[in-house]
Amino acid sequence: MTATSAKLTGKLKRNYGTLLVFVLGAVALLLVAPTVLSDFRLSLLGRFICYGIVAVGIGLAWGRGGMLTLGQGVFFGLGGYVMAMHLKLADAGLSGVPDFMRLYGAGRLPFWWEPFRSPVVTLLGVVLIPSLVAFGLGAAIFRRRVRGAYFAILSQALAAAFAILLVGQVDTIGGFNGLNGFRSFFGFYLFDPVNKRMLFYIAALILLVMLAIVWQIYRSRYGELLIAVRDQEERVRFLGYDPANIKIVAYVLAAAMAGIAGALFVPIVGIISPANVGVVPSIAFLIGVAIGGRATLFGPALGAIAVAWAQTALSESFPSFWTYFQGALFVVVIAFLPGGFSSVNLLQNPLRRLGTRAGVTRSLQPSDAAAPPPPEPGLSGVSAGSEAGR
Amino acid sequence: MQALFSQLVAGLSLGSVLLLAALGLALTFGQMGVINMAHGEFMMAGAYTAFIIQRGIADAGTSLLLAIPLGFLVGGVMGLILEATLIRRMYHRPLDTLLVTWGVSLILQQAARDIFGAPNVDVRAPGWLSGSIDIGFTQVPAARLFILALAVAAVLGLSLLLKTTPLGRRIRGVVQNRDLAETVGISTRSTDRLTFFIGSGLAGIAGVALTLLGSTGPTLGTSYIVDAFLVVVAGGIGQIKGAVIAAFGLGLLQATFEYSTTANIAKVMVFVVVVVFLQIRPQGIFSIRTRSLA
Repeated sequence: MTATSAKLTGKLKRNYGTLLVFVLGAVALLLVAPTVLSDFRLSLLGRFICYGIVAVGIGLAWGRGGMLTLGQGVFFGLGGYVMAMHLKLADAGLSGVPDFMRLYGAGRLPFWWEPFRSPVVTLLGVVLIPSLVAFGLGAAIFRRRVRGAYFAILSQALAAAFAILLVGQVDTIGGFNGLNGFRSFFGFYLFDPVNKRMLFYIAALILLVMLAIVWQIYRSRYGELLIAVRDQEERVRFLGYDPANIKIVAYVLAAAMAGIAGALFVPIVGIISPANVGVVPSIAFLIGVAIGGRATLFGPALGAIAVAWAQTALSESFPSFWTYFQGALFVVVIAFLPGGFSSVNLLQNPLRRLGTRAGVTRSLQPSDAAAPPPPEPGLSGVSAGSEAGR
Repeated sequence: MQALFSQLVAGLSLGSVLLLAALGLALTFGQMGVINMAHGEFMMAGAYTAFIIQRGIADAGTSLLLAIPLGFLVGGVMGLILEATLIRRMYHRPLDTLLVTWGVSLILQQAARDIFGAPNVDVRAPGWLSGSIDIGFTQVPAARLFILALAVAAVLGLSLLLKTTPLGRRIRGVVQNRDLAETVGISTRSTDRLTFFIGSGLAGIAGVALTLLGSTGPTLGTSYIVDAFLVVVAGGIGQIKGAVIAAFGLGLLQATFEYSTTANIAKVMVFVVVVVFLQIRPQGIFSIRTRSLA
């Protein structure tokens, strides 16, 4: 056996576990779920899968890249509203005007609605518009080395600003009520159970594709660089890389995933409104990621789906209890279990063997010692050696 | 001229509210590096404190004057509990603090909803604050002037505390160099605790002040927390004067934009201005010059 082929077999073995989980997930989503679940539950699961897709992106940006993005709702909303505008226009017919505009507005279509009559422009817009916004913002923020808490707060302010902007536009984008009442999805009648099933399959497939993309990213040199930037940004800079570029790529990918998730959310749930995109839903995206294990491959999506499931189950019977529970989850998981449930010992060993390459796993969880120094010029500053001393 | 002047007044009034909300954050986030998302809920607690006191004491003036120190105490004690139980463990993980305190804020909001009910409650303003005062060019609601005075008093009190008292000296010492402060015998633990107590107490005062402007509900804090953090980020951390300038600057900007557009668009424009401003000065208006890379 030559050295190359030995290396190859080793690689295959290491990836075997991940592949197994992947195939199991695919079987569960595409074969088991549609046969076991009722149409109503399946549609619910479709919604949770949308959250799972957002979570995959957050896992990439936050878990691996260390960027705590509190504004994913913005990208979710951009994708969602683009899709919703297209569905509204398609429902209104060739030269028609969406119903709510006749109610509240002038009854004329604003010029920026026109491009979304075309399905191609819509599908491109769902991916490209969130990506471009993320690129612009990321370039502005990361190049100026704004990071850590500053970045988190800015991304949160972005979510607040976006929701406020939407609420104010009653006549052009539906205001507080958002866009709803869609009848068809690219020609498929939305009230037909068969088409609802089709939407579920599309969502599940897209989640699997996103997971595959992120898996390959984690295995690549870029994936290693991203972790390096998270743990020691300055060292990466000294090695000759530009950390800003590395972070922008992850941030844009996360935004694109959120946009796609938003676009799927619209036909599955039937509404998109400022309540889906503001500060509160944006942070709510994070809890599932944290619970599942922010730096793992499957953790974020599994966590997000599990949390959404728990929310539906619990808030149906005890609405006020759910909020306490959600708050407690944030406190307990982040404070005492920062690696998420996949870092619990019982689960850790199988997951470590299954989910990731051995080399990456060791540096996988953001360890306290290796975490980037807190963004606190007032504290870290005065002596240059204080960083080493902490 | 008159339009300009009334905008100036509106901006200063908005700025003073922002300042009261952000002053405690300037201490806990700016000085200690703790991102406390429950700060808004401490404001809410202050507001509900004013509400409870008024149920006991019918006279609006007395109850307001009593609510200010008690609101400080309530906010401060809540902060103290939060620091002692959770934040203490997480000083080396500032981003995770954000999420943990968000969880705390969810719990506190729901608790307020269960205790006081979801509908908003109202606190009556005392008679001497309900009218308007004519200041030549324009009429100013007395309550807004009172809040401006309260904000100025809070800033003065806080800077006096930091500049002149032994406690202030300890706080500044710990902020500037934790290890060195510890070496000379300062108890950094108790200093952290006290700093957090004062910062959270200021949130309580802000909450009491907000009852003069509108009704109090469980989501009172949520509506101010993002703006308050934006003020601290724009002002630059580590110094109180940054927060003061940023608060009034953002307040004036908001008022100016509101004059030509709507309140919603104005908020979005203020956000854009802050992002552009951080392009020019990534560390805010004032930053302590350091040799560190961060």
